[in-house]
Amino acid sequence: MTRQIIFALVFLITIGAFYYTISRLIVYFRLTRPAFKVKDFGKRFGIMMRVAFGQTKIFRRPFIGFFHALVFWGFCVIIFGSIEMVIDGITGTHKVLKFLGQFYDILIASGDIFAILVALSIIIFLSRRLFFHIKRFEGIEMKRRSHTDAGISLSLILLLMISLMTMNMGYIGYKELTGGSIDGIYPVSRILISLFPGIAAETFKLIYEASWWTHILTIFFFANYLPYSKHFHVFMSIPNVFLSRLEPLGKLTNMESITREVRLMIDPNTAFAAAPAETPVGRFGVKDAEDVTWKNYFDSLSCTECGRCTSVCPANITGKKLSPRKIMMDLRARMKEKGPLMVKNGRDFSDNRSLLRDFISEEELWACTTCNACAQECPVNINHPSLIVDMRRYLVLEEASAPGELKAVFNNIENNGAPWQYSAEDRLQWAKDLEINII
Amino acid sequence: MGKNKIEVPVMSDLFARGERPEYLFWVGCAGAFDDRYKKVVRAFVKILTHLNVSYAVLGKEETCTGDPARRAGNEMLYQMQAMQVISVLKGYEIKKIITICPHCFNIFKNEYPDLDGNFEVISYLQLLARFVEEGKLRIDKTSLKNISVTYHDPCYLGRANDIYDEPRFILNKLTGNFVEMHRNKSFALCCGAGGAQMFKEAEKGDKEIFIERTEDALKTGASVIATACPFCMTMLTDGLKYKNREEEIKNLDIAELVAQAMDL
Repeated sequence: MTRQIIFALVFLITIGAFYYTISRLIVYFRLTRPAFKVKDFGKRFGIMMRVAFGQTKIFRRPFIGFFHALVFWGFCVIIFGSIEMVIDGITGTHKVLKFLGQFYDILIASGDIFAILVALSIIIFLSRRLFFHIKRFEGIEMKRRSHTDAGISLSLILLLMISLMTMNMGYIGYKELTGGSIDGIYPVSRILISLFPGIAAETFKLIYEASWWTHILTIFFFANYLPYSKHFHVFMSIPNVFLSRLEPLGKLTNMESITREVRLMIDPNTAFAAAPAETPVGRFGVKDAEDVTWKNYFDSLSCTECGRCTSVCPANITGKKLSPRKIMMDLRARMKEKGPLMVKNGRDFSDNRSLLRDFISEEELWACTTCNACAQECPVNINHPSLIVDMRRYLVLEEASAPGELKAVFNNIENNGAPWQYSAEDRLQWAKDLEINII
Repeated sequence: MGKNKIEVPVMSDLFARGERPEYLFWVGCAGAFDDRYKKVVRAFVKILTHLNVSYAVLGKEETCTGDPARRAGNEMLYQMQAMQVISVLKGYEIKKIITICPHCFNIFKNEYPDLDGNFEVISYLQLLARFVEEGKLRIDKTSLKNISVTYHDPCYLGRANDIYDEPRFILNKLTGNFVEMHRNKSFALCCGAGGAQMFKEAEKGDKEIFIERTEDALKTGASVIATACPFCMTMLTDGLKYKNREEEIKNLDIAELVAQAMDL
């Protein structure tokens, strides 16, 4: 009974702390702008199955992607064991899900196999970070903190897997020596345990108990560490993929506020037709954290800093300052900085800093070719170019600021209807003296 | 072999005579003003003529779709251009548009519908592929005498709109020696000109993007780099010049390759 009370207390603290952290992050969504209506659930479900559960985009890097997929699929299976542990811990039952029969055997056996596969994958990930120079893990946005964070997260997962394996070994070791029946099937732990002969039943029991507590407490700690870590994608990636932008990558979002103004210019009569001032005209484009859409912010929380986006960015590859990963990390950092101030002092509050310039420079923004390689590559369907263009929109529409050559392009389009300084009169020059061979 | 003069049909003339061509061929600013790209448009029009496609161009009434303005953040200018274009197109009761420039294709197809500009938009590659498939456009593997050809995917056909198969289908009909760059299809590297970069100097870095991409193409050993976008053409042709390879390696548009293969 004491054990149950202690467990329930720890569990409550975990849930409470998690709720506190998450509610603080969620409250910032209220500061953001609308993006799109979430519909087409069938289509979204399909994307989620393919991209999240099928790991299709992760597999664009087949070697390391395979190991990530192992970790992901492992988590999907092992989580059932964790749920069982929580129920057991609270109610005092033992392996409560065993009533599932054969399905239980499959679950437990897969968990047992995946535990070692995940552990091996994590060891590969850790050694890549420790002993190899992987270019995409570097960059101006990758501070020491990012690397420490990755190290901590990976180590915690490794600890989770090791404790799961020792727990299983302790369990079957004890049961075999004391003649009890074993619930579930443990193909890997059985092999592992045969490597350690001569362990006493009591020792096995101790190993089991210690591992059980280590495993569940690590899960509780990990769950509360994640929201402060780049590994928050463990929670955010599946919803973020589900909430993907469904439009073709090439499409930019229409600015309705501009459409109203342009229609007004073309036909002033619409001024009376349109409901006046129904939506307050805010700032055009994105200057700061409160100008982004909920989807941009969701993207920023889902970013794992894996750097696949940056590693395929033509600007970044050729040494320009732009790094799509940095754009996402900057938004996340800026919201973390300004979010609490706006919650306290209102959305209009200014701390005399902004996402533009204090975090993301104009030089970065103007280096983008809108080629969408970053968005194509992102394993969790983050869309970076839409935010970059929204920040350009702020620069041009609110500050009339753009590189000189682009201002000339604007002038040419306005005056001659072409980005170059040629007259529309000459538009058919190419068609002169055109002949075709008679075949 | 004789020659026939091609009179390019202009929409306003046809409309005045009460004719409604099936397609509007949207030439684009590069087609109208870029000397190198004018040749591509000429080649494409030869193919259209050869196939008896019912089409017309807007000619002097054509204007910028607003793409470079939009991607450079000037939404106001973009929407003014777009509404002007849409009203001209609607005036001529146009239903179907053939584009040759991928940027125009993308903006017509994906972005004009938001401003009530709904048209059936077809890329010239889709049209050509369809004619090849239907047997109306007869080209075969010996057309290019098995010259090795590689293809650079324009971002706005590829990643932006998932058009990867049509160009490869056509090129594989033209030559038995088609080679891929190591970064191809959705992995393709941008030429460096998208998002209005075409019209400005690149930001400071340690290399030009078009050189990086030209190197990809050179590594294939192909003697023809096929492109399907006016900006990509400018960039890769510049890349070949920079590498002093423009004598031996040609950068040609798929329309030019088809017209050449058919001896039009």
